[in-house]
Amino acid sequence: MKNLVLTLAVGVLAASLLPAQAGDITGKITLKGTPPAAPQLPFDPMCGKLHTGPKNMPWYVVGKGGELADVFIYLKDGVTGKKYEVPAAPAVLDQVGCEYMPYVLGAQTGQTVRALNSDPLLHNVHPTPTVAGNKEMNRAQLPKGPALDHVFPNQEVFLRFKCDVHPWMFAYVGVVDHPFFAVSGKDGTFTIKNVPPGKYTIEAVHRKTHPTGKGETKEVTVAADGGKVDFVIEVK
Amino acid sequence: MDRPVNPWLHRFAVVCAVATMGLIGLGGVVTSKGAGMAVPDWPTSYGYNMFWLPVDQWIGGIFYEHTHRLYAAFIGLLTTILAAWLWVRETSGRARWAGLAVIIVLVAMLGHRGSGNATGGAASIPMHFKVLAVLMPVLVLVGVAQSVRTRGAWRWLGLTAFFAVIFQGILGGLRVALYQDALGIFHATLAQLFLVLLCAIALVTSSRWQGAFSKSGQLPSRHAWMFGGLTALMLGQLILGASMRHQHAGLAVPDFPLAHGRLWPATDAASIELYNHRRSDVREFKPITAGQVHLHMTHRIVALALVAGVLMAALRLRRDANTPAGLRQAATGWAALVLAQAALGAATVWTNKAADVATLHVVLGAVSLAWGALMSLTALRLARAHRPVAQSQDVPENDIAGRARPAVQGA
Repeated sequence: MKNLVLTLAVGVLAASLLPAQAGDITGKITLKGTPPAAPQLPFDPMCGKLHTGPKNMPWYVVGKGGELADVFIYLKDGVTGKKYEVPAAPAVLDQVGCEYMPYVLGAQTGQTVRALNSDPLLHNVHPTPTVAGNKEMNRAQLPKGPALDHVFPNQEVFLRFKCDVHPWMFAYVGVVDHPFFAVSGKDGTFTIKNVPPGKYTIEAVHRKTHPTGKGETKEVTVAADGGKVDFVIEVK
Repeated sequence: MDRPVNPWLHRFAVVCAVATMGLIGLGGVVTSKGAGMAVPDWPTSYGYNMFWLPVDQWIGGIFYEHTHRLYAAFIGLLTTILAAWLWVRETSGRARWAGLAVIIVLVAMLGHRGSGNATGGAASIPMHFKVLAVLMPVLVLVGVAQSVRTRGAWRWLGLTAFFAVIFQGILGGLRVALYQDALGIFHATLAQLFLVLLCAIALVTSSRWQGAFSKSGQLPSRHAWMFGGLTALMLGQLILGASMRHQHAGLAVPDFPLAHGRLWPATDAASIELYNHRRSDVREFKPITAGQVHLHMTHRIVALALVAGVLMAALRLRRDANTPAGLRQAATGWAALVLAQAALGAATVWTNKAADVATLHVVLGAVSLAWGALMSLTALRLARAHRPVAQSQDVPENDIAGRARPAVQGA
């Protein structure tokens, strides 16, 4: 009996010393209302040859049920003040058909944001940060040329990349100082992985509905098996 | 009796002024097309000496920015010739060779551009260009001071223009290499002042300035002050416009004559957020701010003041029988220019800052400024022309204001 009690006590003690299981925050973003029509991309003749037909600015990528893509979702409160390991793998932006792919990307502060040029044309890669400490650069990138790497030490949502040779080319990178972020897919869903249990403020920012970068926030409680939060973003 | 002027000198000065208007237009196109950063390095172009960039690389925005740089170099060449011509004309001996040496050394420094790696940043700028960036504004001020001291001696006007065009090129290059939008505002403003200077040189080298004006009757000096004041206000308006354009935030107010649907737009945070939300432009400008809305509205108010002021000035001259007919016609022409410029301003808003309309608005603004400056100078000369001049066997050349000054004995 004594041994049983002792074993149980050791087991409880050991369990309490184990780290709490991290869970995923999942959810879905839906757009309410009819978005305005996006203008056509004004390709020049060389870029036009890379497409079979006209394309529009990727401002609203909306599914049949209102599923909204390209929303940047990240934990706003509850994770600050802690140090997180910077991923070794870069966040990758490519230039394809005179467009940046993807249009919206997430990265961690200190993580490499790598620009590739898969086009048969010259591009400029010109990040235009507005937060002090994030460095503006402007570099030419030859067709299929070497990758251009960028590292941003400070949080900034959204940090704009542009090409001055082709002035319709833009990409927006959400740079945050922790790994708890995601970008919604074409089905509107997102997953933020490995979030420790706790209470957090989560923010969803869409480039066009939140043009100054202030998105919509909600409180989310993450248990050992994760948490769930959905957003409905309204067209104003 | 004034010293005879070589008509070819005057004609060349006119060519320089007209060619510079073209450069201002090209510069306007660069900003209107959002191509200011399309060539990321300076003073090289994609690592090449700018004169050797292969034509097949002139794609997209590179075409506008690169042709702007090439044409600017051409204007630099014209200005160099003009400055040297004016200097040689008015000097002799050591003074002549000293001035020419300064010109040659500066041109040689500009010619050495180094080799780049198609990347911006301060580290990409050769050291001698950094030296020139500090030296040139000082030399411009020296040129202005000497022009004032010698009461508008042509050789110093020419040298000031030469220093100014070099400084202007460096300003443009630094704007690109250092990613400084604010330098674009200075670059645009100096372009306008440079045009005014070239137009002034063209005016004072004309036979009309030398002879006929003195016979054109008298004019109260208050007219010169009136034109000068309106021209200064016009310069302020151009600086406002340049400030708006070079923040690269697009139209802060998208409608005219109302402003966001009202006589005066709301600028609280919620309204600004709404204005940004409504923007739909493939150029994806930076978000607008309340300050930019205020700047835009100030530009509109000053435009109203200019239209009223110039119209009143033209009417006043028409009623003054003593005013020479040429000046009355010039004032009427100025009024027409300002009205056209106001219409172009409205059109810029209505077309959502279409590149061709916005560029024409920039060019006409420059022409209006130069016109006003020339009218001011002419009015000043007429105001002084009827004053008695001391009789002397040494016939002095009249200065820019029409006052007699001693014959030139060197620099």
